[in-house]
Amino acid sequence: MRPSLQRYRNILDFALSSLLRRKGRNLALISVYTLVVFVIASLVFFVQALKREAHELLAQAPDMVVQRMVAGRHDPVPLAQVEAIRSIRGVDEVQARLWGYYYDPVFGGNLTVLATEDAALAPDAIWIGQGVARSMRVKEGDLIPLRGYDGQSTLFSIQKVLPESSELVSSDLVLMAPKDVRALFHFPEGLATDLAIQAGNPRELPTIAAKIVELFPDSRPILKSEILRTYEAVFDWRGGLMVVVLGSAVLSFIIFAWDKATGLSAEERKEIGVLKSLGWESSDVLLLKFWEGTVISVTAFLTGVLLAYAHVFFFSASLFEHALKGWSVLFPRFRLIPALDGYQLTVLFFLTVLPYTAATLVPSWRAATVDPDAAMRS
Amino acid sequence: MIELSQVVKTYQAGLATPFTAVDRVTLSIPAARLTVFKGPSGSGKTTLLTLIGCMARPTSGRIHLHGLAGDALPHLAPAEALEITSLPERFLTAIRRRTFGFIFQQFNLVRGISVLENVLLPTYPTGEDPRAVEARAVARLESLGLARHLRSSVDRLSGGEAQRVAIARALINDPAVIIADEPTAHLDSRLSEEFMDLMSQFKDAGKTLLITSHDPIVYDSDLADMVVEMRDGRVVSET
Amino acid sequence: MIQHPGILALLVASGIVSLLLAAAGWQGFRILRGWDLRSGSEVQLDLERRTYLVSTLVANALLIQILSLFLFIFTAEGLHNQFVGAMCAAGSLAVNAYGYPTLLMKVATCLLAGVWLVLHRADTQGYDYPLIRPKYLLLLILVPLVLTETWLQLSYLTGLKADVMTSCCGSLFGQGRQGFAAELAGLPPRLMQPVFWGTFAALLGAGFLLLRFRRGGGLFSALSLTFLLVAVTALISFFCLYIYELPTHHCPFCLLQREYGFVGYPLYATLLGGAIAGLGVGALAFFRDRESLTAVLPTLQAHLAWTTLLLAVIFTLIVGVWMALSPLRL
Ligand SMILES: Nc1ncnc2c1ncn2[C@@H]1O[C@H](COP(=O)(O)OP(=O)(O)OP(=O)(O)O)[C@@H](O)[C@H]1O
Ligand SMILES: [Mg+2]
Repeated sequence: MRPSLQRYRNILDFALSSLLRRKGRNLALISVYTLVVFVIASLVFFVQALKREAHELLAQAPDMVVQRMVAGRHDPVPLAQVEAIRSIRGVDEVQARLWGYYYDPVFGGNLTVLATEDAALAPDAIWIGQGVARSMRVKEGDLIPLRGYDGQSTLFSIQKVLPESSELVSSDLVLMAPKDVRALFHFPEGLATDLAIQAGNPRELPTIAAKIVELFPDSRPILKSEILRTYEAVFDWRGGLMVVVLGSAVLSFIIFAWDKATGLSAEERKEIGVLKSLGWESSDVLLLKFWEGTVISVTAFLTGVLLAYAHVFFFSASLFEHALKGWSVLFPRFRLIPALDGYQLTVLFFLTVLPYTAATLVPSWRAATVDPDAAMRS
Repeated sequence: MIELSQVVKTYQAGLATPFTAVDRVTLSIPAARLTVFKGPSGSGKTTLLTLIGCMARPTSGRIHLHGLAGDALPHLAPAEALEITSLPERFLTAIRRRTFGFIFQQFNLVRGISVLENVLLPTYPTGEDPRAVEARAVARLESLGLARHLRSSVDRLSGGEAQRVAIARALINDPAVIIADEPTAHLDSRLSEEFMDLMSQFKDAGKTLLITSHDPIVYDSDLADMVVEMRDGRVVSET
Repeated sequence: MIQHPGILALLVASGIVSLLLAAAGWQGFRILRGWDLRSGSEVQLDLERRTYLVSTLVANALLIQILSLFLFIFTAEGLHNQFVGAMCAAGSLAVNAYGYPTLLMKVATCLLAGVWLVLHRADTQGYDYPLIRPKYLLLLILVPLVLTETWLQLSYLTGLKADVMTSCCGSLFGQGRQGFAAELAGLPPRLMQPVFWGTFAALLGAGFLLLRFRRGGGLFSALSLTFLLVAVTALISFFCLYIYELPTHHCPFCLLQREYGFVGYPLYATLLGGAIAGLGVGALAFFRDRESLTAVLPTLQAHLAWTTLLLAVIFTLIVGVWMALSPLRL
């Protein structure tokens, strides 16, 4: 091996043996470091997985939804518009959707009640999502009372609990016949909550939207791509907020690292003095410190990432579901689909290893420039 | 030969309490001889050796190494005199590595690693072939009677053994000059005699030896070719 | 939008780089002011120790800066679907006026920091700190540039608002449009092909001259920078067409996407590395006759020149192979 490479190897070997000699201290450092990586990595993985989930859900969503605005607020759409919109060129299909939110006072959560024309749905029966079943502690065949607009309860029998597959949004879902939805909410006949539109060519959507607004100036078309963007922004925002909170944790970790690294023990200082007196140069000691830092960072980073991966994808991020999926008390207990990409790892690396490395530069330099003649006096 | 002219080392120069540890020392130290430095505590012996051994730079004055530094600087022929006082640390270290071997009063072994590893420490930054240096280290340790202790941790060695490990370490890069600071301070008289026997072997092998000592076994020894006496940072006599 | 983890990572990185370089600059300033090699005073010894601190800081800053250059592009890439009309990084960068300047400043600071490290390397091989002044003067130039880059990036990232209408690469780098990017794309392959191959040949020639006869360091250096510029232009003008297999898609960023095997990364990395080494050769040429460097400079220059040539050849091989294998024929 070339001497310059051999030098790297020798000093790496020595760095490893030094780390092992100071096991207790370094283990403490690595544990704190791993914890920081773990928390941040869990968060990044989790948000990313949610985003992917939302993408998949929206893939089945209509290309465009048309709402009606009255006095700046969302108002039911007259069914008469359906035909007019269907005749616009490029529109494949228009479906009037009937849905609403039902607040359940018993467990204090919102359900999404959606009308379905599905012929398989029995009269007076409903289909519910997994989350609803869990929080109401009901199963197929049970009867549950829902309180209508007038305070009267109606009994519905649960015909089916929807399968687990895409659970994030459907877990708080209750599907029932249109007439039951209208009765429950006192929703007037001839009106729908909104219209779902499918277009043959997605590129024509902006034109279609413009035509709809021209026909019905009080309507508001929402494109799927816009929803996607909003979702992304919301997820990023929530995730980012947590990252900011965690930033302070990282900061305290850096202070900890700084403290550990500057507080060169007398023993270590003496050792470096000895090395320098034996012909080690400042840059050799800097290399030694670099290797030590690298070994610590790599160990902590890999351990933290692996733990976070297990936490998010095998234990469904049980530690901070609450903070992130706040829109309903119905927490889906679904398994996120494991996925990992280079970009996320790079981002994690930037958020954890770079601050640590930067914090140890000056202390390493201090250690490296210990006077060699210090070894002569002690 | 090592030549010092008007060498001064002042600690905390320019601050409220400057302290001149070595004061205008002019001296010629012959090659392949044993030179002993004696004098009361605090007279500047150790400081002077750190200056000669390229561990510290003097505040002023010049130190020349004649034919000792090998090819430490790329542009200099090995035989030329090398002025070391204004060299950057990198070059001082390079010279120190190949020219000087240090034996410290406290032995300064690195605890927690084996005898062999301690001896190999000075070779790590040079990146030499590890098998060659290891063979060299083992041979040296064997010749010093430490064959049984190659893999033992240095923490459990006796005083005499620890010193011989330190000597093996000082010699691993085959330096031309051996610098020993109070080598016999922690040894009883029998071990001190043994140490001097070793020194005589090295002298015969052509090494230049610089030793500071309070110990008559050292400075009254027949081996000492020159005794330099110091007081308050100055040389008071050379014999 | 600032809470996007990638954006946060970029801000953290640029904060760290600024901090490191500001500290290095301050130490450099002290070194320039107090330097006196002839003195053995403790002040001087302390300053010499500080040179180690400065080089450690700059080396780390350069490493982070290079990583963050790629993260920057990658993040812009990932954000494109938050902007109407953006199809890749080209569109995201055009969302506001700071995107492209940030990118250019990142490249410029990487080049300069690389040259600084080359100078530093030479300086450590001279026995009398021969380059201490030029080195720290260069550092004092580098610091404000990096701070500017940090500010530009901050302005760019904080100025990102989802839903902004922007252009996609097709409109930025499309032929028959206006603007500098479109001009680049509009350069006909018939013109750019010979220019690229000519520059490549000239670089090889200058390398031969330098390695064989130890002459023309400045020329080699200028050519290596030219090669960087010409190669990027050639990428936009025609190489990328072969990679995308589309006769009209001139985007320098889509190369970085998975669909194209991330081929952009090795391409840009070789260009950047080659330019740093090549510029280093030229920077060293200024100091050829410092006495303490005469013995070491030629070797160092030769190493750098080899690096530049090797990287240029790798770049050319990659695009060459891609061109040969592509079904597209212009
Ligand atoms: N870093 C320092 N700062 C200030 N004073 C120092 C420093 N190092 C050494 N001295 C002083 O320099 C003087 C000479 O020290 P030195 O160690 O050279 O003496 P010595 O002759 O080796 O003594 P001893 O025989 O006790 O080993 C001492 O008074 C010591 O206090
Ligand atoms: Mg002493």
